[in-house]
Amino acid sequence: MSIWVLRGLRDGVVTTRWPARSDPYADGWRGPARPLAVAAPADGLDGLCPTGAISVAGTSVRVDQGKCILCGRCVAERPDLFAWSQGATGPAAAAVRRDQLVVPELPETDEAVEAARARLRERTTALRRSVHIRHVDAGSDGSEEWEIQALLGPVYDIHRLGVFFTASPRHADVLLVTGAGALGMTGPLRTTYDGMPDPKVVIAVGADAVSGGLLSQSEAVTGGIAATVPVDVWLPGSPPSPFGIINALLIAVGKLASGGKGTR
Amino acid sequence: MTITQPAVTALWDELLARTAAGDRFAGLVAAKPEGGALVLSAHVATAGGIDTLEAPLPPGAASYPALTPRLGAAFWYEREIHDRFGVVPEGHPRLAPLIRPGSAEDYALPRHVAGYGIFTIPHGPVRSGVMESIEYLVETPGEAIPHLNMRVFYKHRGVENRFAGMAPADGVLLAERGEGIASVAHALAFSHAVERITGCQVPPAAALVRVLHAELERIANHLDVAVRLADAAGLAVATARLALHKERVLRLVSRLCGSRFGRGVVVPGGVSAPPRLPPAEILTEVGKLRRAVTPEAAALMATSSFLDRLRGTGPLTPQRARQHGALGPVGKAAGYADDDRLARPYDGYLSLALPPVRSHAAGDALARLRVRWDEVDQSFGLLRQVAEDLAERSSHLLHLTCEPASGRALGWAEAPQGEVIYDVVLDAGRIVRCHPRSASFHNLVLMHEVFTGDILTDFPFIEASFGLSVAGVAL
Repeated sequence: MSIWVLRGLRDGVVTTRWPARSDPYADGWRGPARPLAVAAPADGLDGLCPTGAISVAGTSVRVDQGKCILCGRCVAERPDLFAWSQGATGPAAAAVRRDQLVVPELPETDEAVEAARARLRERTTALRRSVHIRHVDAGSDGSEEWEIQALLGPVYDIHRLGVFFTASPRHADVLLVTGAGALGMTGPLRTTYDGMPDPKVVIAVGADAVSGGLLSQSEAVTGGIAATVPVDVWLPGSPPSPFGIINALLIAVGKLASGGKGTR
Repeated sequence: MTITQPAVTALWDELLARTAAGDRFAGLVAAKPEGGALVLSAHVATAGGIDTLEAPLPPGAASYPALTPRLGAAFWYEREIHDRFGVVPEGHPRLAPLIRPGSAEDYALPRHVAGYGIFTIPHGPVRSGVMESIEYLVETPGEAIPHLNMRVFYKHRGVENRFAGMAPADGVLLAERGEGIASVAHALAFSHAVERITGCQVPPAAALVRVLHAELERIANHLDVAVRLADAAGLAVATARLALHKERVLRLVSRLCGSRFGRGVVVPGGVSAPPRLPPAEILTEVGKLRRAVTPEAAALMATSSFLDRLRGTGPLTPQRARQHGALGPVGKAAGYADDDRLARPYDGYLSLALPPVRSHAAGDALARLRVRWDEVDQSFGLLRQVAEDLAERSSHLLHLTCEPASGRALGWAEAPQGEVIYDVVLDAGRIVRCHPRSASFHNLVLMHEVFTGDILTDFPFIEASFGLSVAGVAL
């Protein structure tokens, strides 16, 4: 066993300092596609996006980042219209309303987002010092689980933020849900949610959980988990980065300082 | 009532003759063409390729003589076919739902072992920790596990049906999300099938980039298994160290392509873009990783309290591994090594030197971990060759367009979990049908058999040592 004591000291502190300081890996993260602020072309956008995330409203192109699976086809084929968003963190990297993920946001969405944030803050004030998480896989592809597990590793180490995982829904404040909403998991997901005490917060982790992603048309899923449990925070990505997941957690419990980077 | 269906019986006879002669049973699928009768297809892995043997059922047939009583490895395959098409394999030992949730009775606790004080512990589908959804039903008198049952259907997503009607360019994105921790291998197997149908040749530089990502994926997966095993043994420092290395691998992958899982790299006809790091830097980074991982693996394999938990745990006999055609590290650890990269090479593996790894026969969790470390070492060697080859290459053509075509073909790739097979049917460039078969699906059923002499606290070790993904099982 003693061989491990020295090994543990080998690389010094590898844990990120974010959110206290910025982290280059988080800031350099390639997020969902976003439309550039140019007038929409008359045609050529039908069938471009495999999940149908692109829409045209009037003269502007809009991207539903909750549907974006980051395949990059729109950025590669129409660089005049689309670009990647940059950065895994910041208040805009996860949404408190589903329509907030459709960018560019409409002015009326902004007001509704502020109101949703305020309601969430009110509910979660009691959780701020110590937050316990329960995770449920409702039909993920398995990659989201890896990224959530990474939060317990030395690089992300969410214990430093007062966040812990719990096996029992009875101890849980936050429900992290991954996957497109497999029909077989609707019962267990609902039971877990009902087993949690109030106040509780639900985070949809990843494009599959938000919208069903590529599987939204499948007869075996509900096309996102909102059909089963009420979602408070919507986190896009396929899968989202570990930084994005921590960011969404901090938004959920009102711990994220305003400001921060991110281009959306 | 026994039914005779000469075509199906002849198919089983031929299949068994082939497996007796040394070929490997690699899967059983059914398809129902528009307005036609159900066709059963058995995949047989031979030296150099994978063949498909077919037999149609008579129109309207509601059953056929089951294969499972003659070849146990078909146990789950026939249940899946029953779930999907409702056709009954006569003589199948247990036709409970597998991939699709059934009626309310299917959620009742089954009991297979009778005896004083034996009870069933249902564990899942929501499990402690961050895990994929699966339910284990452990029948136990308290410590020993005389019987284990599994329900994998909770997270069935209907991936196979979703492929129908897609263009191959979209299909590869779905393949990547079939089993997300083996995205590259699934994209490769799918693309190989499409390339075989369309006659598309992958440019040499692209073939190397494919290997680059496939081997990084393998290292990340094997490190993940090591993390889970160390965690199960309560080795906090080893868990943290190995998790750090896994994170380093994922970060290198994201520096190469923008995705931590190598998504968007493999496309039918080649790869989408060159690696974003120059070959010299890839070589440096891979060297750094190797120097970090190798001594840590050696330290883990010298930690006696850890080895004690793995030695003799969850043993699979070489005989069963061969009969079943166990894939990947599970098979290799039990002396049955049939690696697609060696036996049925593709892409860069055709030109790269892949040194064979040591053979093992113990078949226990320890042997499985040893195989994984050997494979990690092998992967580092391959990555080095790939980086050197890429540096010398003058042509950087990475992608050819696959012209729309029609036909059916199999594609395969060696995932970290073992062989992945895609059975793809295209019609004028559109997917008519696509059946993915993950190594996780083929191997997980073996977990029923490896609990002889093991107790409840061995469970996490055995599960982790298989290194499978439930997403790839239920699809």
